[in-house]
Amino acid sequence: MIQLIDLNKYFEDKHVLRNINANFYSGVANLVIGASGGGKSVLVKTMVGLETPTSGQVLFEEKDYHNLEYEKQQELRREIGMLFQGTALFDSLTVEQNVEFPLLMFSNMSKEERMDRVNLCLSKVNLVNANHKAPSEISGGMKKRVGIARAIALPIKYLFCDEPNSGLDPLTSRVIDNLLHDITKEFGITTIINSHDMKTVKDIGEHIVFMHQGQKWWEGSKEELAEAQKSNPELDAFVKASF
Amino acid sequence: MNLFSEIGRYIIFMKYVFKRPERGRVFWSMLTREMNLIGIESLVVVILIALITGAVTTVQTASQLASDSGILPPSLFPMEIVGSVVGSSSILEIAPTITCLVLAGKIGANIASEIGNMRVSEQIDAYEVMGINSIGFVSLPKILAGVIMIPCLILVSVFLLMVGGLIAAKLTGIMTMDQYVTGLRSSFVPHYVKVLMVKGYIFSFIITSMSAFQGYYTKGGALEVGEAGTKAVTRICVTILAFDLIIAKLLL
Repeated sequence: MIQLIDLNKYFEDKHVLRNINANFYSGVANLVIGASGGGKSVLVKTMVGLETPTSGQVLFEEKDYHNLEYEKQQELRREIGMLFQGTALFDSLTVEQNVEFPLLMFSNMSKEERMDRVNLCLSKVNLVNANHKAPSEISGGMKKRVGIARAIALPIKYLFCDEPNSGLDPLTSRVIDNLLHDITKEFGITTIINSHDMKTVKDIGEHIVFMHQGQKWWEGSKEELAEAQKSNPELDAFVKASF
Repeated sequence: MNLFSEIGRYIIFMKYVFKRPERGRVFWSMLTREMNLIGIESLVVVILIALITGAVTTVQTASQLASDSGILPPSLFPMEIVGSVVGSSSILEIAPTITCLVLAGKIGANIASEIGNMRVSEQIDAYEVMGINSIGFVSLPKILAGVIMIPCLILVSVFLLMVGGLIAAKLTGIMTMDQYVTGLRSSFVPHYVKVLMVKGYIFSFIITSMSAFQGYYTKGGALEVGEAGTKAVTRICVTILAFDLIIAKLLL
């Protein structure tokens, strides 16, 4: 479980995250939704440590991530997988080498064991016969799948996905959503998906955090969403505009 | 951003560069790849520039000393002095400084653009999220490869500058090969080689570390990646020339 406590983030004098308190639960797909510019990406980047909060805490199983010693923080990071909006595949490496990379860095597996794990991860994301292709030779949907395979190559506890469906057609988006759902359930990990796609919410969302103007505007389950719309005009407007 | 905060950021950057690498075998394979890119792939340009510059220096020195000086008639002028001037200036200035200024354009721009591209395409963020010290991971192999390979290129350059001069002397007939070699030998001072190597190591560190620093802090997109390359080369050239003066003042 990840908890955010009174989280604030300023960029110079711009208050981007405003006093955010929220919980993200294990074994479920936690969705951070909201319009562009609402602070979703900054929130996710602050949670994974790419940005430092101005004040407040990010607790991973009650460990205050941003106040850990450097080495402890690095250890915790090895339990985190992340799928970036632009996939962030290493363009000098092939698909296979991209997925192998975390294993090469942080496991003591032999070459054969690493290749078995790579092929297992690639099969989990339904990607076969692409091992030796360069990232520039594959489609956007395939890149996302390689990104997911790389994120789960090590036994992670937390999976962060920044706009996993951006730039994808609706069909491929559903494939990626289903993959994220299956991986979350199979490995029992805490998955945080940053999205403005209400189809994703409808299909795989379990716990939802709605961000608006840098604030956590609403938090609850998918089942509670319809009820919350009635009393929350900003949430209602966002949901209606998304369909 | 003012100069002092930039220097401060550079010092903090260097602190992370020299942290122990996460995996020795990965670091070793990256180091050998960078040594190949920086050293072997720069060899042709260094050879060409050294040969041409050596020839030009010889021809111009001979022309200026023998014809334009007015001290002695050309026929009486001791042409050995040309070899002597070419030898000393090659070791002290042309090989380390000109070679490094050229390499700043080739290697410096390449490193800044490569790391800048990794930054804007979130590859650096991916390293960070994995728990890798991204500054050290992307920069240390390049810096170390530069510090190993660039002084070797400078030594090749010294040799070829002299060979270029020799070829020019032979082809143009401005002096005999004996005169040229005698001049080279007479001007050789072992201390100059120490100065050459000091310059080589310092300049190669400047080229690789400053370009990595510039690339690492790139913000924006493709346009800014290009700007990072240009900015890196400009700053490296100015810094090399400043250090050239400081080293000359301290060691000569």
